[in-house]
Amino acid sequence: MSNGVSHTDVKVVVNAVGLTKADYRGNPSTLCQGCGHNSISSQIIAACYELNLLPEEIVKFSGIGCSSKSPFYFLSRSFGFNGLHGRMPSLATGALFADHTLRGIGVSGDGDTASIGMGQFKHLLRRNMRLVYIVENNGVYGLTKGQFSATADQGLELKSHGINPYMPIDIAWEALVGHATFVARSFAGDPKQVKELIKAALNHNGVAVLDIISPCVTFNNVDHATHSYAWGKEHETALHELSYVPRAEEILLEYDEGEVREVELHDGSMIVLKKLGQDYDPTNREAAMKVLEESNRCHCLITGLIYIDPNQPSMWDIYQLTETPLNRLREDQLRPSRETLAELNRVFQA
Amino acid sequence: METQIALEEQMKLSSKIVNDFSITVATVNGSGSQTSNSAILRAIFKMGIPVSGKNIFPSNIQGLPTWYTIRVNKDGFVARKKEADILIAMNPATFSEDLESLVPGGAFFYADDIRLSITRDDVVAYPMPVKQLIRQVDIPSYLRDYVANMVYVGILAQMIGIDLEKIRQALEFHFKGKAKPVEINFGVVSLAAAWARENLEKKDPYLLEPMDATAGLILTDGNTAAALGAIYGGVQFVSWYPITPATSLAENLQQYLPKLRKDPQTGKNTYVVVQAEDELAAIGMAIGAGWGGLRAMSSTSGPGLSLMTEYLGLGYFSEVPVVVWDVQRVGPSTGLPTRTAQGDLTFVAFMGHGDTQNIILMPGSVNECFEFAWKAFDLAEQFQTPVIVLSDLDFGMNQWMGKPFEYPDQPMNRGKVLWEEDLEKLEGKWARYRDVDDDGIPYRTLIGNRHPKAAYFTRGTGHDEYANYSEEPEDWHALLNRLKKKFETLKPYLPQPVEERMEGAKINLLSFGSTEPAIQEARALLQKEGIATDFTRIRSFPFTDRVKEICSRYERNYVIEMNRDGQLHQLLRMYYPEIASKMISYAYTDGLPLTAKQIIDFVLSEER
Ligand SMILES: Cc1ncc(C[n+]2csc(CCOP(=O)(O)OP(=O)(O)O)c2C)c(N)n1
Ligand code: SF4
Ligand SMILES: [Mg+2]
Repeated sequence: MSNGVSHTDVKVVVNAVGLTKADYRGNPSTLCQGCGHNSISSQIIAACYELNLLPEEIVKFSGIGCSSKSPFYFLSRSFGFNGLHGRMPSLATGALFADHTLRGIGVSGDGDTASIGMGQFKHLLRRNMRLVYIVENNGVYGLTKGQFSATADQGLELKSHGINPYMPIDIAWEALVGHATFVARSFAGDPKQVKELIKAALNHNGVAVLDIISPCVTFNNVDHATHSYAWGKEHETALHELSYVPRAEEILLEYDEGEVREVELHDGSMIVLKKLGQDYDPTNREAAMKVLEESNRCHCLITGLIYIDPNQPSMWDIYQLTETPLNRLREDQLRPSRETLAELNRVFQA
Repeated sequence: METQIALEEQMKLSSKIVNDFSITVATVNGSGSQTSNSAILRAIFKMGIPVSGKNIFPSNIQGLPTWYTIRVNKDGFVARKKEADILIAMNPATFSEDLESLVPGGAFFYADDIRLSITRDDVVAYPMPVKQLIRQVDIPSYLRDYVANMVYVGILAQMIGIDLEKIRQALEFHFKGKAKPVEINFGVVSLAAAWARENLEKKDPYLLEPMDATAGLILTDGNTAAALGAIYGGVQFVSWYPITPATSLAENLQQYLPKLRKDPQTGKNTYVVVQAEDELAAIGMAIGAGWGGLRAMSSTSGPGLSLMTEYLGLGYFSEVPVVVWDVQRVGPSTGLPTRTAQGDLTFVAFMGHGDTQNIILMPGSVNECFEFAWKAFDLAEQFQTPVIVLSDLDFGMNQWMGKPFEYPDQPMNRGKVLWEEDLEKLEGKWARYRDVDDDGIPYRTLIGNRHPKAAYFTRGTGHDEYANYSEEPEDWHALLNRLKKKFETLKPYLPQPVEERMEGAKINLLSFGSTEPAIQEARALLQKEGIATDFTRIRSFPFTDRVKEICSRYERNYVIEMNRDGQLHQLLRMYYPEIASKMISYAYTDGLPLTAKQIIDFVLSEER
């Protein structure tokens, strides 16, 4: 090489599919410095890299908001569609039918999900579409400059918008009530947990909701607000320490017996939960509701995998599609024969 | 055939009216008269006589009055006719009104348990002992109500000469060959016919005589035709939300897809139908699927279409193929949901944000419902833009005669799609929104393409050729102008107008959609009045150049449509201001299909 640097000279770290971490990057972020959304993008990159997923096998979706801009800032080699405000679930549902071998990652905001998009959010859950649905929850509308969102704390005072008089919507609770088969909560300031949850979600055979508190440093970072860094750092209580272990990988994590709980996912991979004090079972929906209710009452931030049901049929199980992705079917597989039309005509004829 | 001869004996004195009259059946909504009415309709069709059937029904599941009108016409004019020659009165609530609506000399068949007096002596009244006859039928009592309406089928058949064997065949069609219901219903028909033979004396002039004018034709509705056309167009993804009169389009897809579109080896599905939570989601899914490379569609009506507008606007701008059927009905919210109109034209033409134009296909027959259903996918994918097919309730839910559906005569056009091997050849050098071929149509890749350079980011924000975010004035300007160029490119590919000439014609009757039967009938009658007319039916928007050529030929183009403001008239004058003075608007809407008489009256008032 003319510049004297040969490829062998450079040590490039690659994962099992031969890609570097740079292959998972996106365009430079134009969000504010310190925005929680940026740190979540980094963890999406890390999770996909560590899981050895090909970026070409992931499709990104989002609604509208600062949060919804972020898919442009990760996985440039993945297709993406930045759709309409509150209507990413339908977009993702339709698109993923084009090729059922792909995995979808959807990024939304609390305004995008809990206000304009509540209807689509709930119906996405019902259908159990295989999609990782991340809500980057900051309690405000970032992109339209700081109005209260539906998840803002009651009584929260923001400089330009006064005091919020309304009760908040709890996205994890809504997900649970709406029969989501994977419900997790995390905090953008806890990158390790965010990453492990994303990994687990990517391997869940159904819809996986991640309600991630993601502070808006520009409009809602007052220290006492649930969606601020200071509050999150102080009040976060992890339900467990958590690791995702892909199938065929030995479980190397060492935990003392009696402290570890494993949840086997559809494809045989594992989520390993290390209990922290309490005896929490994330496959028990009732218990999950109780935990959320309690955390709301004591005003603390419970994080981790709150609920999982790996056995519900996903939309793929329901629809029974051809093995060849639908968008690769040939004309002769799509247009019925002439004879069938002649037969139909006979039925309608005089 | 003995009864036929006896009837004809009776009729010798009075003048006969053969194969040219209309029948109105007045029933209570939800009383199950649909089977009876379709049996009459299809039996007449099977006798070789031109016929149409229109349901004039309320927005109600049970209890409100409903009318079914059957037009029989030996010359093939089967548009709606306002007057009823034969009336079958099964609804006490509308009995007197129905009696009034009958033409002088008309035949009035009524259920004899309706204890109201016959207040006219210029009509022939026939009592029908419905309850009494039904009691004689050997079926469980809970079934009696369902088959009671078959009594009027049998009596009418006997009195006007519908071949009972054809009624049996019509019932077999209706029940898709299931023997038991056919047997039960036909039993009632035969019983009632026998009763009429014994007890009623023919005094009215209306008779049917077999013809062979329907040989080879089919009888169906526009929504069935559209669903089948879409299936032969390779539809892969349907998302919809129920709304009259579009519902039966999606339901027909649901009915026929499993029969026609399973992989023969594995039995797996090559299609998806999702009943969405609302139209916002229905269109979101369809846009997603169209973006992903599926032949995607939805069907809706006006109110649903407004909810779809935001995604369709994004579809136009980010260049996503999708097909939406707008089966038009009347008004906002509930409006007149079970009545017909052509009121969405200007809305659909520009639906979107900023400078938007949409491809509109306007079928004018059940055959075109079929044809445009498959063509819409080719156009949407070739030009990467939403295509709206503008049908209406009259097409969608009423029975029309047509030619047999024709198998698509062109291979599918999947448009400019680059797969892995194409990108390989291009060494990965491509840009999603670059006008490579100078026709305004860029190339696209589809999800699942494993080439590392395949991906791009679709967005509603301003973007450059690479689909990257851009607020550069020149990028925005160039993008909008390329879209405009694309719309110039596509014009020659759109269906051209249908044109019909008449010797000596100086005026042109111009229309779109379902009004053709009324116009054709009007033309025949106007000709008798000494006014020759040419006919043009526009079948697509943006208008093709041919539309202007045609309109320029005439001093007067009568633009006939079922809306208040003359929307087609508005568009034509907007696009062709230089010939605007040659356009005369006849726009009328009251929820019912146009009649020939309305058109004739208007044209005569202008021409004389
Ligand atoms: C139909 C529609 N209505 C309103 C808007 C304006 N809008 C853009 S982003 C936004 C709120 C976004 O809030 P959130 O989802 O919480 O995202 P954040 O910016 O906080 O990450 C609104 C109301 C829009 N783009 N589309
Ligand atoms: S305004 Fe708030 S949400 Fe938006 S980028 Fe800035 S910090 Fe993030
Ligand atoms: Mg927000």
